[in-house]
Amino acid sequence: MKLLEMTHVGKNFDDTEVLRDISFSIEEGEVVSIIGPSGSGKSTFLRCATMLEKMDRGSMSYLGECACVEEDGKSVYASREKLKDMHKYFGLVFQNFNLFPHYSVMKNITDSLVSVDKISKEEAKERAAALLSQLGLSDKADAYPCQLSGGQQQRVSIARALAKQPKILFFDEPTSALDPELTVEVLKVIKQLAKSHMTMIIVTHEMQFAREVSDRVIFMEDGIIKGQGTPEELFETDNSRIRDFVGKLSGN
Amino acid sequence: MDIFTMLLKLGSGMLVSVLIFVLTLLFSLPLGLLVSFGRMSKNGFIRTVTKVYISIMRGTPLMLQLLVVYFAPSIVFKLKVPAGYRFAAVIIAFVINYAAYFAEIYRSGIESIPKGQYEAAKVLGYSQAQTFVKIILPQVIKIILPSVTNEIITLVKDTSLAFAIAQAEMFTVAKQISAAQASIMPLMVAGVFYYIFNLIVATTMEKVEKIHSYYR
Ligand SMILES: Nc1ncnc2c1ncn2[C@@H]1O[C@H](COP(=O)(O)OP(=O)(O)OP(=O)(O)O)[C@@H](O)[C@H]1O
Ligand SMILES: [Mg+2]
Repeated sequence: MKLLEMTHVGKNFDDTEVLRDISFSIEEGEVVSIIGPSGSGKSTFLRCATMLEKMDRGSMSYLGECACVEEDGKSVYASREKLKDMHKYFGLVFQNFNLFPHYSVMKNITDSLVSVDKISKEEAKERAAALLSQLGLSDKADAYPCQLSGGQQQRVSIARALAKQPKILFFDEPTSALDPELTVEVLKVIKQLAKSHMTMIIVTHEMQFAREVSDRVIFMEDGIIKGQGTPEELFETDNSRIRDFVGKLSGN
Repeated sequence: MDIFTMLLKLGSGMLVSVLIFVLTLLFSLPLGLLVSFGRMSKNGFIRTVTKVYISIMRGTPLMLQLLVVYFAPSIVFKLKVPAGYRFAAVIIAFVINYAAYFAEIYRSGIESIPKGQYEAAKVLGYSQAQTFVKIILPQVIKIILPSVTNEIITLVKDTSLAFAIAQAEMFTVAKQISAAQASIMPLMVAGVFYYIFNLIVATTMEKVEKIHSYYR
């Protein structure tokens, strides 16, 4: 089954068309990377998919449930309750983590489980502890975000997203705010997740990583999908524009 | 007047000053938050009204506001005001004045919270109310504590302005006794009172800030 299906998505900021007719779907267990130059609309696409931004045109459904449909060329969203409920299907990992600074690592992970998903405190803590140990952060449960390195903070934010047991996990440049050494530890975690068949959509500038981890790579430019395929297909494409872009970022 | 009667009178004035202080904070802190919401409202009308209100409150002397609140009902509106209105007028004037200052402090605090905090909360499924109460407000409080401390210390001294409408608080009483007895002693006592009061406020706020210093 398609976990997420978006068709003919369009999005304007004022008069600029940032997304133009993007159609996209993802199957369970698939890992998709999105690459493309700055300003091509990658973040906007992710923000539409995670409902941080409302799209203007096109439709979107999670697991066959409609979040919005297109009527007379305009996106019409489902009721607020319905949309709120659909948030359980996805998680988002931000470029700059966005952990809650006043909460400990443990509370960052458990608080929404308890106060949003109404899971018992004990179970939430168990879930968090299991994830923290899986991500090598067991000793940091009581630390505050400001006491962690960027790489550790990003791993906590991944744990926070995973604790909700989403069907799809989105990443918007998860390592762009990190030093190279710290980048490695975060990429390792994402690769681990890919191995366990977590469905993921990753916006990234790390070409080598995209190549290794993805089942499919999408090249976006000027608000449209200019090319997509398996990493082999896309990285060895005849399309010179894509080749140039990939070449530049791969540093060769 | 013996020293005992004098101290007793000063003591009752002290009590009134403390009461003005406590009641003003009790009402103006929440009211200020409400006003700051108005100031940041999407509704242009509400935004303009609160903006004008804040600007008047901050742009005119508190003493003048006190006089207006106290005299306007009887002089302008020809209403018969109840006997206890003097104290009520003091509280009303102080509350609406301080709410305006607190509103601007809240606003600057709220606006300084990164957008990412709201976005993370939204993706995690928090409702808007939960987001504000659990995620935003605690961080805002930490940020605005120093400015709030400043306001509170000013308030301690401002309570003496109730003198303008002859409310018998610390300063009013001290000045009366001082004039009647031709002695500067009551005024000294008042000075010591305000100083100690503020010392307590400052130490308390320092403790509160310390409680919030476990994170950056
Ligand atoms: N809230 C906004 N208001 C107005 N314009 C916006 C807004 N957000 C994004 N844009 C514009 O939309 C376009 C696409 O932005 P987007 O952030 O999606 O690009 P991106 O592919 O993620 O780029 P980057 O690689 O730099 O992160 C840019 O031209 C940007 O200036
Ligand atoms: Mg981006």
